[in-house]
Amino acid sequence: MQKLLNWVDERLPVVDAWNKHLAKYYAPKNFNMWYFFGSLAMLVLVNQLVTGIWLTMSYNPSAEGAFASVEYIMRDVEWGWLLRYLHSTGASAFFVVVYLHMFRGLMYGSYQKPRELIWIFGMLIYLVLMAEAFMGYLLPWGQMSYWGAQVIVNLFGAIPVIGEDLSLWIRGDYLISGITLNRFFALHVVALPIVLLGLVVLHILALHEVGSNNPDGIEIKKNKDENGIPKDGIPFHPYYTVHDLLGVAVFFFIFFIVVFFFPEMGGLFLEKPNFEPANNLKTPAHIAPVWYFTPFYAMLRAVTVDLFGLDAKFWGVVVMGAAIAILFVLPWLDRSPVRSIRYKGWLSKIALAIFAVSFIILGYLGIVPATEGRTTAAQILTALYFLYFILMPFYTRMEKTKPVPERVTG
Amino acid sequence: MMRKLIFGLVFAILPAIGLAAGVAVPLDPMEPDHTNKESLQRGAALFTNYCMGCHSMEYARYKRVSDDLEVPAQLFEENLIFTGAKIGELMKNSMNKDMAADWFGAPPPDLTLETRVRGESWVYSYLRGFYKDETRPLGVNNAVFDLVGMPHVMVDLQGLCAVKPNIGVDASVEPLSGNINNGDVCPEYAIEGSMSGAEFDQAMWDLTNFMSYMGDPVKVERERLGIFVLIFVVIFFIFAYLLNREYWKDVH
Repeated sequence: MQKLLNWVDERLPVVDAWNKHLAKYYAPKNFNMWYFFGSLAMLVLVNQLVTGIWLTMSYNPSAEGAFASVEYIMRDVEWGWLLRYLHSTGASAFFVVVYLHMFRGLMYGSYQKPRELIWIFGMLIYLVLMAEAFMGYLLPWGQMSYWGAQVIVNLFGAIPVIGEDLSLWIRGDYLISGITLNRFFALHVVALPIVLLGLVVLHILALHEVGSNNPDGIEIKKNKDENGIPKDGIPFHPYYTVHDLLGVAVFFFIFFIVVFFFPEMGGLFLEKPNFEPANNLKTPAHIAPVWYFTPFYAMLRAVTVDLFGLDAKFWGVVVMGAAIAILFVLPWLDRSPVRSIRYKGWLSKIALAIFAVSFIILGYLGIVPATEGRTTAAQILTALYFLYFILMPFYTRMEKTKPVPERVTG
Repeated sequence: MMRKLIFGLVFAILPAIGLAAGVAVPLDPMEPDHTNKESLQRGAALFTNYCMGCHSMEYARYKRVSDDLEVPAQLFEENLIFTGAKIGELMKNSMNKDMAADWFGAPPPDLTLETRVRGESWVYSYLRGFYKDETRPLGVNNAVFDLVGMPHVMVDLQGLCAVKPNIGVDASVEPLSGNINNGDVCPEYAIEGSMSGAEFDQAMWDLTNFMSYMGDPVKVERERLGIFVLIFVVIFFIFAYLLNREYWKDVH
């Protein structure tokens, strides 16, 4: 066995890679439960890939056959229902863990120098994930698949001059049709997963180059022992691999409760109108995207005024795009001398709390039908969302920070 | 041609408007029980006899129903399949969708997933919600689905209610007469049916239960397996916890 390993290692640096990324990758030993979500995102990604591959074996990507083939998977394919529920629940779980993972980054300043690229690759992953989820949602070819896609693709039509042609180009037809379904299928199962995997590799390579941040936001590499090993570091394997198993168990417990007992999650993970086949003559009474898009959908609907001769819808799209784009420049907005929320001042703490609450309430507002009062609320919350970022250069510099300890505090 | 198209469109949209307006309609609650095989069997008999003339369940197969409901295949073929289909086939029917659209305004929808679209309570209330309304083309309307395009198929069982049935109204005692309201959803019949109010309620409960099962046939098995999966995860957690504690005990 050792001989085989040597033979391979002389030709491919497997031992080196194992050490660099696992056995001798020194991670801070004070990770808390917020650090589970990165590995859980990997777990869900694998779940999506594996169940996805098996689903494509029985799925029929045509307007005539898509809906029936999903029901065929649910009823006639051995364990098809399990594959499908693992995949549909996995999609929502992916966003749950990614949102928590991102919130961790916001709390502990994991985007700050020298981890800007990790953050940017992470944001690209988030962006691709949204595209992946959006295109995947069309595939069951239910009413909400169809009309959700119709609404979102029509948004591009709001862009002046090129808008109409752009949405026509995306659809490949004058309305969402079998042609759209086919191209979304190709992108969902081939193109975007490849991009996603590539970005995940870059995200992790960049992380392992500079090392992990921690809840104290201090550089463990500044304090090394005589062997050059960070005093507050601990080998990722086996310490964090066994530690992450705990996170996996807890995650699976919740995940499987949903998969086996509440696969529709009361209409949040699988929306009720999607049990009716797509019908382009019958618009559902209320169209709402899946929950993970609703904060941005609420922002889109919050914009109700025409400006500079351009439609409110266009400005809604701009606001929605800006809400995501602004996250990319976050590393340069935070001017605080400290990373972690533990040592930042109360202004940063309040700002982060307001931001998180706004995002969650916006998510709720994006699910329910709009009323006048709700639209006003969405407008205020959208403003708060942006203020978190726009004011960040000021409040992070103004506030009085606490002294950061030399060593991690556990 | 154009006029026909517009008419078709209007009729296709009408039920949607009805649904949109009907969101707030009160319903009688219905909690399905997929383990009640007798109820599911009675529901299957009602569905194949009364509904399948117009409505298909084209995503499901007879064989699966026969297996899950523990009805022997031969008995099932002889008594519950009326189209000459083989037991392994999908539960389609022979109604022409275009002609059906002409007759009813919209073709009768496939009902495999109806309870998952509208919910069991809606279906249960709807089935008991028909009443006499001479202004409608088919002479009936529905308390849950206003301007409904479907005839009252089970009029020989329920009879025809002369007034709007009390759907989603709690039973109450009338103070003057002492009569119990809503022991029967229909206070007054224009045509008497073969079943009493309570019998018909039970029959419609069975039918809804069957439709609910058809929408989610794996539910019982899924929840049974789920328990074992969760037990496994708990045991896995215990070992993971001990392993983690062992590794980390010397880390300070």
